[in-house]
Amino acid sequence: MSNPETRDWSAVVEDGVTKTNEPVSSAVADPEAATRRHEPHEPPREHLPERLYEKREFVHNKRIDGPFRRFKWFVMIVTLAIYYVTPWIRWDRGPYAPDQAVLVDLAHRRFYMFGIEIWPHEFYFVAGLLIMAGIGLFLVTSAVGRAWCGYACPQTVWTDLFQHVDRFVDGDRNARRRLDNAPWTWGKVFRRAFKWTIYLLIGLVTGGAWILYFADAPTLLRDFFSGEAAPIAYITVAVLTLTTVTLGGFMREQVCIYMCPWPRIQTAMLDEKSLIVTYKDWRGEPRGSVKKARRNPGQFGDCIDCTQCVQVCPTGIDIREGPQIGCITCALCIDACDRVMKDIGRPRGLIDYATLEDCEREAAGEAPRSPWRTLLRPRTVAYFLIWGGIGGALLFALGVRSHTELTVAPDRNPPYMLLSDGSVRNSYTLKLRNMESRPRRMEIALEGLPGAVMWTDAIGKNDAAASQTVTVPADLVRQVRAYVALPAGAKAQAFIFRLTSLDEQNESDEVTTRFDAPEEQ
Amino acid sequence: MMANEHPGKRIDQPTGTETVGHEWDGIEELNTPLPRWWLYTFYLTIVFAVGYVIAYPAWPMFDRATAGMLGWTSRGQLAKEMKGAEEAHAGVREQLARIPIERLGEDSALMQQAVAGGAAAFRVNCVQCHGSGAAGSQELGYPNLNDDDWLWGGDLKAIHYTLTHGIRQAGDDATRTSVMPAFQGAFDAAQLDGLVDHVLSLSGKAAGNATGAQLFADNCAACHGAQGGGNRQLGAPALDDAIWLRGSSRDAIKHQILDPRMGMMPKWEGRLDPVTIKMLAAYVHSLGGGEDFVEIAENPEVEVDEQP
Repeated sequence: MSNPETRDWSAVVEDGVTKTNEPVSSAVADPEAATRRHEPHEPPREHLPERLYEKREFVHNKRIDGPFRRFKWFVMIVTLAIYYVTPWIRWDRGPYAPDQAVLVDLAHRRFYMFGIEIWPHEFYFVAGLLIMAGIGLFLVTSAVGRAWCGYACPQTVWTDLFQHVDRFVDGDRNARRRLDNAPWTWGKVFRRAFKWTIYLLIGLVTGGAWILYFADAPTLLRDFFSGEAAPIAYITVAVLTLTTVTLGGFMREQVCIYMCPWPRIQTAMLDEKSLIVTYKDWRGEPRGSVKKARRNPGQFGDCIDCTQCVQVCPTGIDIREGPQIGCITCALCIDACDRVMKDIGRPRGLIDYATLEDCEREAAGEAPRSPWRTLLRPRTVAYFLIWGGIGGALLFALGVRSHTELTVAPDRNPPYMLLSDGSVRNSYTLKLRNMESRPRRMEIALEGLPGAVMWTDAIGKNDAAASQTVTVPADLVRQVRAYVALPAGAKAQAFIFRLTSLDEQNESDEVTTRFDAPEEQ
Repeated sequence: MMANEHPGKRIDQPTGTETVGHEWDGIEELNTPLPRWWLYTFYLTIVFAVGYVIAYPAWPMFDRATAGMLGWTSRGQLAKEMKGAEEAHAGVREQLARIPIERLGEDSALMQQAVAGGAAAFRVNCVQCHGSGAAGSQELGYPNLNDDDWLWGGDLKAIHYTLTHGIRQAGDDATRTSVMPAFQGAFDAAQLDGLVDHVLSLSGKAAGNATGAQLFADNCAACHGAQGGGNRQLGAPALDDAIWLRGSSRDAIKHQILDPRMGMMPKWEGRLDPVTIKMLAAYVHSLGGGEDFVEIAENPEVEVDEQP
């Protein structure tokens, strides 16, 4: 390889590809530089050995401290706290409903979230939340890039946790690499057994907390350890322990690079106005050590090729190759580079959060724009309005929904029934829905059917009347067989069943249905 | 050699990766190597498949597949699940077996279970004649079970008896039976018309007829009652109400006088287990016309066994 110090830096054209080692912005002069995988001074490759499979290089990332690392700690603590504490929050709903604040009660098909209770037929609220989550990710991506990947994604949080375990048991990057390559001594066996036991415990606690969302947490925890919980609880914990240890303990960045669809989607959503973690190559290139730079002033960029940014990266990439699918924008490389720049007395931000447009301006020597200009752009605002609109609509629907509902299914076989005194009876299956967590008395009344009387399977024909009062148990649907009779000579006609709750809410629901009668009468 | 097969194959300079050599409208595909663990995952699926073939029925042979070490079959699983469902019902069935039918109405929870079970049994055993809505058929003379008109009684015990022993079931001494004599040749045309008029007048469908009234009193009132109210002991239909088993037209009534058709229902004792028959009685009773049982046995252990 030619000595970079004696090389001619002017542009060359090889195989139709323009190559240059001039320090230029990746955004302006040479867009390909942003994704170039070979070093600028290497000649373009003519031939590659054909490889069918790629050996995995295990990532041992180095410890780093800095503002972004501290932010990552903060997000990790907050997200894990939410995950572990939520099932233990109590919420008083009276004697007829569970007192767990967040509970997915699959057995009874109810979803409780603080003051909100969702029934299966209201699943559109959950669908709405999922749509909000989707558009929320669009919003976050268009505003701050892949922030979800870098800080909040469970895969990121748990990978981070497992990497801290590695560091705690085996030491920092170099010690771990040494141990990986060391022969299997008893010491190594012991260390690995110790580490994998911690992995297993983390997995167990992860899976164990998951099931607490699906049943009363204190009861389930007691049953779980006394061996009385349902088999599905143990199976779920076993599966989640396995997936946590596999995905967080061993697969790690491979999940992000090969398995997860989200990086692909986000890659398509990023544009030159999106915030990304990027290496300012016009400032860094060509790379050279502090010593070389001192000997040849003006010849070298700010990057001293110390590879700290590569060593701290949890996915093991080189950010200097440009934006890439393996970059989860956790910004640890910014912390590492800023620290080095401070040590050698150069300005921070050689690797920094920036948009490609800002890079262009900065490379051209313009003043940087305020972060608000980056956030408040039409696309971000549009996403926010859509996201907020859906949220507002959901809240509105939640506020105005009725807790009393009626459905009516008239018998079709037979449609009407002639009784021995010549009167005509129709039968209906009514479903009275009481969505309050207390038993309620409700009145079923007939409207628009003069002379009609009604009785039910529980209220005998002797008590037949134009309206009946029944008690609907707390938080349940009560099915009632209603018989409606008209005296002899009845005609087929439409009428209304009205259900009214006999309490201060006075909620009401009505259903128009049909009374059938023989034609020839 | 490979390069000759795919002349378009080249190194993509920005990524430093070779392309696979295909090109569609200028779009090329990079030949990115697969991660090796992916290969191991593939080997794992092969190991799993081998294990599956050994453990489960998998390999097609001439008349059936290999059995598999675990002996699993879909029929066996169905049988197991059906058994589980039956065991789940065992408590209810035992309660139903113990309770006398006339006391079933007092236990509304058990009654509800019985009605649900009866509905299922009805769909299998009864709909062939009585119809899926239990509305029967006037043309064929199958009674409607939804109304409040009963030939042989409409309380739980009477329905249960009818189900157990059937109606006009040959070979069962306890079956409900009666015969309406055929009056073919007994009346001349005018007498017959008068009788039909009288029968229709009982329910207000025609003006009275003195000849008919006399004939009715002489020939019919013994079973159908002086006012045509019927007799449940004999299964004689009430003639004074709005419900006509075989139609209320003059022709239908004449046909029934001259050449009466009498319904037959098989007995279900021996074909269905006692609990299912109880559930069927509960279901029929629940259809809307069920009557209350008047005399309840003092001691539930004592069987009240005379024909109700």
